[in-house]
Amino acid sequence: MTLADVKRGDEFQITTIPEENIRAQALRFGISEGSEVSCAEKVPGGPVVVTRNLQEIAVGRNLAEQIRIKLQGREDK
Amino acid sequence: MDCCDIIHQIDIPEEADKVVLVGNPNVGKSIFFNDFTGTYVDVSNYPGTTLDISSGKCKDKVVLDTPGVYGVSSFNDEERVARDVILSADIVVNVVDAVHLERDLFLTQQIIDMDIPVVIALNMMDEAQQNGLDIDVSKLSEELGVPVIPTVAPEGKGLEEVKEAIDTAQKGEASLSEEVETELSEMALNRREGLLNLEGDIHVSARNNLEPADKKEEIYQQRRRRVNEITEKVINQATEDVSFKTKLGRWMVRPITGIPMLLVALYALYEFIGVFVAQTVVGFTEGTLFAGTYEPFIRSIIKNLVAVDSLLGKLLIGEFGILTMAVTYTFGLLLPLVIGFHLFLSLLEDSGYLPRIAALVDRVLTSLGMNGRAIIPMLLGFGCVTMATITTRLLGSKRERIIAVFLLGLAIPCSAQLGVIVGLIAPLGIKYFIIYIATIALVYILSGTFLNRVMPGKSTDLLIDLPPLRWPKFSNVLRKTYIKSKSFIKEAGPIFVVGAVLVTVMQEFGILKAIQELVAPITVGWLELPKEAATAFIMGIVRRDFGAAGLTDLAMTPVQTVVSLITITLFVPCIAAMMIMIKERSWKESIAIWFGSWITAFVVGGIVAKIL
Repeated sequence: MTLADVKRGDEFQITTIPEENIRAQALRFGISEGSEVSCAEKVPGGPVVVTRNLQEIAVGRNLAEQIRIKLQGREDK
Repeated sequence: MDCCDIIHQIDIPEEADKVVLVGNPNVGKSIFFNDFTGTYVDVSNYPGTTLDISSGKCKDKVVLDTPGVYGVSSFNDEERVARDVILSADIVVNVVDAVHLERDLFLTQQIIDMDIPVVIALNMMDEAQQNGLDIDVSKLSEELGVPVIPTVAPEGKGLEEVKEAIDTAQKGEASLSEEVETELSEMALNRREGLLNLEGDIHVSARNNLEPADKKEEIYQQRRRRVNEITEKVINQATEDVSFKTKLGRWMVRPITGIPMLLVALYALYEFIGVFVAQTVVGFTEGTLFAGTYEPFIRSIIKNLVAVDSLLGKLLIGEFGILTMAVTYTFGLLLPLVIGFHLFLSLLEDSGYLPRIAALVDRVLTSLGMNGRAIIPMLLGFGCVTMATITTRLLGSKRERIIAVFLLGLAIPCSAQLGVIVGLIAPLGIKYFIIYIATIALVYILSGTFLNRVMPGKSTDLLIDLPPLRWPKFSNVLRKTYIKSKSFIKEAGPIFVVGAVLVTVMQEFGILKAIQELVAPITVGWLELPKEAATAFIMGIVRRDFGAAGLTDLAMTPVQTVVSLITITLFVPCIAAMMIMIKERSWKESIAIWFGSWITAFVVGGIVAKIL
């Protein structure tokens, strides 16, 4: 499953981020392979907004399709 | 680019200690800078970039500001500049957003790893509390090994303490593994540059004649693990209630609520820039102040020295004179527009709305070969294409920059031109207005899609931090506006002088008339316009709104009016924008862009003429 497949409110673990540059930038924002995050927002056909604690990051759809994740649950909202 | 360039540029006394302010974007750095340095601030353009570095004095020390960055590296212009200033630092004051410790401490830890003495200003403590975050400040200081001072900068809380603590700055606890440490100590390079070399920074490696090492990921992961460890120890999260600001921020990204919000913002922008600044303010500055007072004044002086009809007289104070047109346009017309735009843009930037707009429109711009970030130059383009062209530098790849520059030059009318266009088209009725807008929009979308298909490679993906929404601090907005407007005038002013000289010479030697005759077959034959319209097109090259204004004098049918307006909008941008294009891109690319927009303008204009 990829980051592009998640729905708003999904909680998941990031398993693989392709490309070194992207991994480095994500690491600086606090997100790495193995991070547990959730989906705060999803623009139809557009970026996925990933959140961890109070940090929010918008990930373009093309990139989201390449990031592999493991679904863990849903926020009860 | 050498790290010492900045020192020469800003003229720092050799012996003075350099205090460098460092932090992620939008953490309130400039408030500290203003407080430390008072009014003795010097702003210099950093060599090779559009970026400005502010410097000032605090007691016997020199204080340097840096652009907001997430780490010391070279992913973009901002980072390269910040990196070089940080490398030259004696002491770093690191402003950290207490709400985003996990993100911000990555940069902090990197500076500590470089072995630079650091003082941390733990800012936004009030927001952290509102968000239910309980931060153990002394524990944080202990873990990092450097002084940490809690602050609320907009309220002035803690500023004095940070200033006093500068002298107590400490080198903290590095996060690097023994293996990396050994490697570092074995390098014949100072630790700062050595570390960046190990992290694979190609610029730092190149200037030390070294091969960049391949340890970025390993080091970043060690650093990230250490930062996560620290934050876990020092943060106590009381509640996980999502605040109103967070919700509002998410509505801004969600199309169903975000698009109406964006439309409201754009309408406010139009009212402010398009109506208030472009008409009321510019009416006063350009009409009353410069054309009405300054120009007669300067003419009366020059008249006594030079014959008005001589070439020199025309060059100085003629219709396109250096002292008349160039000065009036730069200060009477452009400056108010530039200030207005930067005020609005700084507000959007400091409030945290801009990255959310980028996320909202990412999908649309991706299909045109750019990504959401390109919305910034596109919005700016409606103010002034010249300025917008400069900001295309923030786009991730050369491909995106070319597409953005082309679309800007082609289909985005600048505010001055917009005013004239609205004035001409409004009396014709809604039908023609829709034809105009639809044609321009269609050309914009088709050209973008076309370029996206034919240009090799693909665009970079969006990956941006969405900062929390905040009320912007007005003094900071003013300061940003001042710095950006000043560097714009410095860049665009000389171009207007060159343009003024060129046109005067062309007019003097009849070149203007000759070109007019040459293009007449196209204007009359293909576009079905009166012959005189050619003059307007030629004038349009000098300044777009000039061209549009030239059309007001012609007797034309509504169809001819719309055709000529469409053509002149799609036509090449003004001389200033063209020169900036050459500066930003290359001769080859710029000429391709010009011919591309000429052909597009005349083909589309002709097609519309045939259809209507």
